[in-house]
Amino acid sequence: MTPRRRTQLIATTCLILSMGASVLLLHRVDEIRPRAVLEDVLYISSPKMVKRTSLGFDGLMACIYWTRTVQYFGHRHYERARTYNELAPLLEITTALDPHMIPAYQFGASFLAPAPPNGAGEPVRAIELMKYGIQNNPDNWHLYYDLGFVYYTELKDYKRAAEVFEQGSKVPNAHPFLKLLAAQMAEHANDYETARMLWTATYESSTESNIRQNAIEHLRSIRVDEEVTRLQQAVSRFEQQNGRLPTSLWELAAAEHLRGIPVDPDGNPYILSFDGQVQVSKPEDFPFITKGIPPDYKPSGPPKFHSKS
Amino acid sequence: MSARIVHIAANTFREAVRDRVLYNLIAFALLLSGAAIFIGQISIEIERLVVVNLGLTAVSLFGVVIAIFIGIGLVSKEIEKRTLYTVLSRPVRRWEFIVGKFFGLAGTLVVNTFFMAIGVFAALLYVAHKFASPDAFILVALYFIILEFLILCSLALLFSSFSSPLLAAVFTFSLFIIGSFADDLRGFAAMTHGITRWIATGASYLVPNFSTLNVISAVAHQQAVGGQLILQNTFYALFYTAMALSGAVLIFERRNLK
Amino acid sequence: MAAIEILGLEKTYMVGFWRKRPKRALQPLHLTVEEGEIFGFLGPNGAGKTTTLKMLMGLVFPTAGGARILGREWTDPDVKAQIGFLPEQPYFYDYLTAHELLEYYAQLSGVPGKDRKRRVDEVLARVGLTDIKGVQLRKFSKGMLQRAGIAQAILHDPKLVFFDEPMSGLDPLGRREVRDLMEQLKQEGKTVFFSTHILSDAEALCDRVAIIHRGELRGVGAVEDLTSSVQGKVEVIWQGTQVPAAMKALGADCHVSGDRVRAVIPDTQQDAAIDALRRERLRLIAITPLRTSLEAYFVEKLQHSQTTAGTTA
Repeated sequence: MTPRRRTQLIATTCLILSMGASVLLLHRVDEIRPRAVLEDVLYISSPKMVKRTSLGFDGLMACIYWTRTVQYFGHRHYERARTYNELAPLLEITTALDPHMIPAYQFGASFLAPAPPNGAGEPVRAIELMKYGIQNNPDNWHLYYDLGFVYYTELKDYKRAAEVFEQGSKVPNAHPFLKLLAAQMAEHANDYETARMLWTATYESSTESNIRQNAIEHLRSIRVDEEVTRLQQAVSRFEQQNGRLPTSLWELAAAEHLRGIPVDPDGNPYILSFDGQVQVSKPEDFPFITKGIPPDYKPSGPPKFHSKS
Repeated sequence: MSARIVHIAANTFREAVRDRVLYNLIAFALLLSGAAIFIGQISIEIERLVVVNLGLTAVSLFGVVIAIFIGIGLVSKEIEKRTLYTVLSRPVRRWEFIVGKFFGLAGTLVVNTFFMAIGVFAALLYVAHKFASPDAFILVALYFIILEFLILCSLALLFSSFSSPLLAAVFTFSLFIIGSFADDLRGFAAMTHGITRWIATGASYLVPNFSTLNVISAVAHQQAVGGQLILQNTFYALFYTAMALSGAVLIFERRNLK
Repeated sequence: MAAIEILGLEKTYMVGFWRKRPKRALQPLHLTVEEGEIFGFLGPNGAGKTTTLKMLMGLVFPTAGGARILGREWTDPDVKAQIGFLPEQPYFYDYLTAHELLEYYAQLSGVPGKDRKRRVDEVLARVGLTDIKGVQLRKFSKGMLQRAGIAQAILHDPKLVFFDEPMSGLDPLGRREVRDLMEQLKQEGKTVFFSTHILSDAEALCDRVAIIHRGELRGVGAVEDLTSSVQGKVEVIWQGTQVPAAMKALGADCHVSGDRVRAVIPDTQQDAAIDALRRERLRLIAITPLRTSLEAYFVEKLQHSQTTAGTTA
């Protein structure tokens, strides 16, 4: 073999072996390094710093951060995370870079305020975000809606909600439902009807799929809550009339002259427990219900959101 | 006189093209196409926002790189390679050489930006399916980006006229970065006192102000750009370019070629 | 009208990193070149030839002094339309072809648009570079580059041409061609000013020469005048193989070949040599005066300057 061939052979072998070795080693290193390092990457955590480093290309950085935000939330929500520590900073950075990125404010209203695992559980920060948004986009009536939404759903501060809806209704081209909501807040804040109005408004005025799905699930849950309440009232009536609990929902249905056994929005029949509680047969299909949950139910696995949006 | 400047500019353009500078358009096209096609997976609401932001930012950054890479060698390479001898032994004035080189590079960037603009509008059409009248302001943003290029070219040329390509690149790139923070620099100057304040204020006015020429985020949100701003920016860029070019001419006029 | 009048051009460089010391590249030079002559600017490497040329071209600025070219100030840019310059080891834009390069130079020299193509083709034919259409200059050999360099120097039909080491890198055939070209240029009435360190070329071509060494002018004049000023030599040939002692004493350079001896002696010793041969009864075959070469003149001038170097620092 000529010296040249020998050199080629040795070099090629060396190349292949070292490539393989370095890949293997990297694999090993990945296993040792804490997983947390790879997740929750914020790049830089302060809005001011991010603005500095973007060299004037704020708009693009905002888009990048927005993408990160949606991915971050989706990923953790799928894993039923208990904490969403980075959600608020991500949204704050996104909106600091681009104060006109409306979708970010709406995302914040829907997912920053509610408690985990459906949100970050930071209603105060959500409100700050909304106010910042309104300050920078005074012509956007929807932001008033989003702010009022947070007051209503998370803080249950119906007075403030009404004020905000009222303010929002004065913005030129505001959707008429703001005025309706303002009026509704004043008198029927706690009604299911009001809640339904709100979530329908959210569903119809957003094009972001996460927000729409979220709204649908809330609407479904409202229906379940309403039905369970009505059924529970029927059970009480039966007990009063007959001195005992109905043995089954068939009996109740017959007594109430219902057409058939009551079913939930998915078509599954409700269940009557031995101690007279109305329950849903599949609680995992209704993540937001507050009534009809079996007492020892614990949610597990990824949250099931209704696929139709 | 003007004929010689045109010939020098044309030759500089030819040199850039034969240096395969226009191949950057391929990378640009790939980037923008990829973004336009995959963007639907992120969020429907901000498709338009991302295309305009990404497109214009890419136009700006690609151009800055080209302006610096070619600009730093415009004079120093000719001196190094001694190609200047046979040029200056002709009736070419030294200042004509500088001005001609400038127009050659600026012309290259304008042509490059033109093709990129077509790409941006094509990508926009793809994601938004139609144009709206505020989209015309994208042209204003592109015009401002070209003004940025003029300033950068003149600066690169200035540094190329007296220092090595590496140093010229460092200086020009540093000024690009500092220029992006010009507003912050002004704010910082306002907070200091005494001598620091003088220096900082002076610096903030001498450094090219690129933040005023960046309206990318605004046009991405379909906001209008005022005519007043367009006019003022045009004059600012022209005067700043003239300043840097004058400096380059002054230095080059007195330079002994090795 | 003198083609070139160099009036005290001088160049001093400051060398060194921290404390700069002056280095004299060119002492104040006074020189005149007449129209229509081929003028040789001779000197060893580093003598200051290229510095002088660069100053005349405006590439380097003199520390003092000036010049007039074709009757005008040397700093007048328009005078450059009348002159051509071939630098030493020319470099060109290697991404261009020879045609494109010459077209560009023609544009810069102010050749009218309609004449450009014709002129370019003509001058390429003249330097022997016709079949290179479409070949980029980066692929040219050294000889081809030199030809291209000459082409760009005469492209715009200048009255005065400056060549810096025009023969460098050429093979003997190429050098012959360049010499012929320079003769042609003279016949066309042009003035040629060229610098070289190859004396045989200068001897063959030049009407007048100047010799420069270490930045100082050592001698100027017509070639014959210069060579005749140096002590001549004669060649003495006699029959036999004997070399008389007296001959050796005269400092003769003797060679024996066959049955003849050839000796070179200073011509002042001519009579003494004949006497020496007569005394030994050797038969004289021939006495021939040898013309001194320019090289001898050159070497003498340089040696002289070497010995006086100590005193003229």
